[in-house]
Amino acid sequence: MAAGILAIKRDPGGVLIATALAALILGTLAAVAWQARGLSGLGIWDWRAVRFTVWQAVLSAALSAILAIPVARALARRRFPGKAALVTLLGAPFILPVIVAIMGLISVFGRNGAINDGLRLLGLPEMSIYGWQGVILAHVFFNLPLSVRLILQGWQAIPAERFRLAESLAFTPADIARHLERPMLRSVLPGVWLAVFLVCLTSFTVALALGGGPSATTVELAIYQAFRFDFDLGRAAMLGLVQIGLSLAAMTLARWITIPAAFGAGLHETQGPRGPQGWRRGTDMLAILLASSFLLWPILSVTASGLPRIPMLPADVWAAATRSAVMAVSSALLALLLCLTLALAIARGNAHWIEMAGMLPIVASPLVLGTGLFILLRGWLSTDAMALPVTVAINAIMALPFGLRALIPAAQALRDDYGRLADSLEMRGLARLRHLTLPRLARPLGFAGGLAAALAMGDLGVITLFATDQPTLPLKLYQLMNSYRMADASACAVLLMVISFALFWLFDRGGRLA
Amino acid sequence: MKIRMIAAALLAATPAFAQDKPVLTVYAGDYIASEWGPGPKIEKGFEAFCDCDLEFVTGDILPRILMEGEGTDADIVFGLNTDVTARARTSGLFAPHGQDISDLSLPVEWSDEIFLPYNWGETAFVYDETRLENPPASFDELLNAPDDLKIVIQDPRASISGLALLLWVKSVYGDDTPEAWAKLAPKVLTVTKGWSESYGMFTDGEADMVLSYTTSPAYHIEAEGDTTKHAAIFPEGHYFMAELAAQVKSTDQPELAQEFMDWILTPEFQRTIPLANWSMPAKLPREEWPEVMRDLPRPEKTLFYNEDEAEALRKPALDEWLRAFSQ
Repeated sequence: MAAGILAIKRDPGGVLIATALAALILGTLAAVAWQARGLSGLGIWDWRAVRFTVWQAVLSAALSAILAIPVARALARRRFPGKAALVTLLGAPFILPVIVAIMGLISVFGRNGAINDGLRLLGLPEMSIYGWQGVILAHVFFNLPLSVRLILQGWQAIPAERFRLAESLAFTPADIARHLERPMLRSVLPGVWLAVFLVCLTSFTVALALGGGPSATTVELAIYQAFRFDFDLGRAAMLGLVQIGLSLAAMTLARWITIPAAFGAGLHETQGPRGPQGWRRGTDMLAILLASSFLLWPILSVTASGLPRIPMLPADVWAAATRSAVMAVSSALLALLLCLTLALAIARGNAHWIEMAGMLPIVASPLVLGTGLFILLRGWLSTDAMALPVTVAINAIMALPFGLRALIPAAQALRDDYGRLADSLEMRGLARLRHLTLPRLARPLGFAGGLAAALAMGDLGVITLFATDQPTLPLKLYQLMNSYRMADASACAVLLMVISFALFWLFDRGGRLA
Repeated sequence: MKIRMIAAALLAATPAFAQDKPVLTVYAGDYIASEWGPGPKIEKGFEAFCDCDLEFVTGDILPRILMEGEGTDADIVFGLNTDVTARARTSGLFAPHGQDISDLSLPVEWSDEIFLPYNWGETAFVYDETRLENPPASFDELLNAPDDLKIVIQDPRASISGLALLLWVKSVYGDDTPEAWAKLAPKVLTVTKGWSESYGMFTDGEADMVLSYTTSPAYHIEAEGDTTKHAAIFPEGHYFMAELAAQVKSTDQPELAQEFMDWILTPEFQRTIPLANWSMPAKLPREEWPEVMRDLPRPEKTLFYNEDEAEALRKPALDEWLRAFSQ
């Protein structure tokens, strides 16, 4: 207890934000349950949904993390022209709005897609993207980039001196793997797995579009149904609780298997190790090539079909695009502020519950969160007045876990490597922030901000609940589809994608240059 | 040029400066108020004579209004569907529309005093004749078609058209519904959250048929000059769907709300429906329909459950559907 109080004294910001987050997420859930006057029991279909959700999330997360290892290693130890651009590009699917990603995947892997055209030409049986395999494929497509990025950061966090030392000791690739790479993976992978697991836990649109049918139902769909069709808030709250319970279990599991790697301080150097030559060069290039085509082909395919019509899009779409972009940037700035405070508090070794609180939003159903806020704020604010600010805030909160995954390791390393030095120099407050924290954390901060902006840009969930006369770009996209204007909708999808990427790139680039 | 367009769009997006005109707040489904839906025409048409400011607020209207209860800002709710009005009605939030509904142009009897239909259509499977040369001529033929005929449908737990399919199959097959689903299931390529995702897959050529409406081909004919898309007309009959408007009892603009309700069945309003909402007008002599709507093939039999039947059937029918598709 005494330690707790001390921690609060030293770090009011982190504790405050974490408390507020937990209160918000659990509070909105409570508000929904309260409005429903209690929780409802779950039916047999709900439990099936829970089972499918966990199963596909475990599998998607494992596949994404495992497939990411060779790609991240290849990117870490090979140098080639355009590598930086490729690393940025490979991140694209993660920030792709779901609806656009589905369009892209279908255009490549669908019945009418290029792959099946090829298979037919060769007289081979066709593959189907519809069914659980489609859900997994889409989830790997979405999360492989995140996994590669996080693992790549792990590789880059190994001080270059270590690799040079290994070289001078004539380490073989196997020795390097044993002494440097495996400890790093051991510390990074559980976090990666957890992040992807949690993303897949709340997946909804993907499972519905590619799942093939009700056997691929996720909990988030059950929540949607409870809200929208049955108006059974009690069941929605119960399912929201189940979702949070699942994630807490997963977080505990991941904590338990994480063993932090300790490499000590190194000079800040971005030149990675030089990879072994010979056949390993070939496999590295193959890994990069395969990953690139898997991740970029669907995006290029969508772009090719929608791009030419962009100039023909009606003026309304541009207004929505501007509105969405402004909201996305606001969300990102808010997310960065929250994220940095939390990450620094976590790095200072404050209670694990702060990290838990920071990861909570990833599994908080946006529907529950939005509805809860709606119930709590009604009577204080008009719904129209709160629609946009609440959407901005919820998007910022939803992006926190991703930002934290990128920031926490960097903040911890910063603390371990420079903390004592900075303390002994009595470097505190703004000076420390300006001269040590921000420059050293610029990269993950830029990355986190970019993610937050892009995710907010593509979000559709919350705003529809609040009902507004100021539609966002994803909403416009649906309006176009609903009015049969499928060609315009695909142009709108490309516009949405371009803006998402541009925002990500601006933040990420800013972080690298800083 | 582009910059001027963006600037104009931005200006248009900022709410008009507060005028002293009273505001009529209309909660409407997402697409209605988009510039491609009937919303802008409805807004312009009404504001031309009401001396008021009509404001569309779009989103998930039923959950929102149920959550807001009597404290709602809405004066009118626009776009509810026939299959979900039972719950809306029990909320007691709505007032009678007060219209003469004795001669509506609907294929079903309508005597509802609260919910006023402004358009209607029927569910149908739509296909492209260039890709599907021998479309099934009946529901039975569809069920017995080879399994490589692929259709996309919508999830009845998340979409109104998906729910309509449940009721359609139920009204055609009755107690044999589980067998019907078992035959249909292998032909279902995938189930999407909403109509728009399904229709997108169909136009992209992923599926041979899509669950949509008998009126869908009208869009392709009128807006794209494309006459290859058709609704397969089944002799077993097609399920009726209408969109409804109702005034909110607790409105602070009762006269305006009534004025709006009075306007819905006027020819002026009804004439905007076919080519903006791509559905049939609720009260307009057939001679006044646009040619494209008049020329559409119409089913001989219209199937329909009233809201109580629909509400009672929803859960058991959903269970049957879930069971058949989880095999």
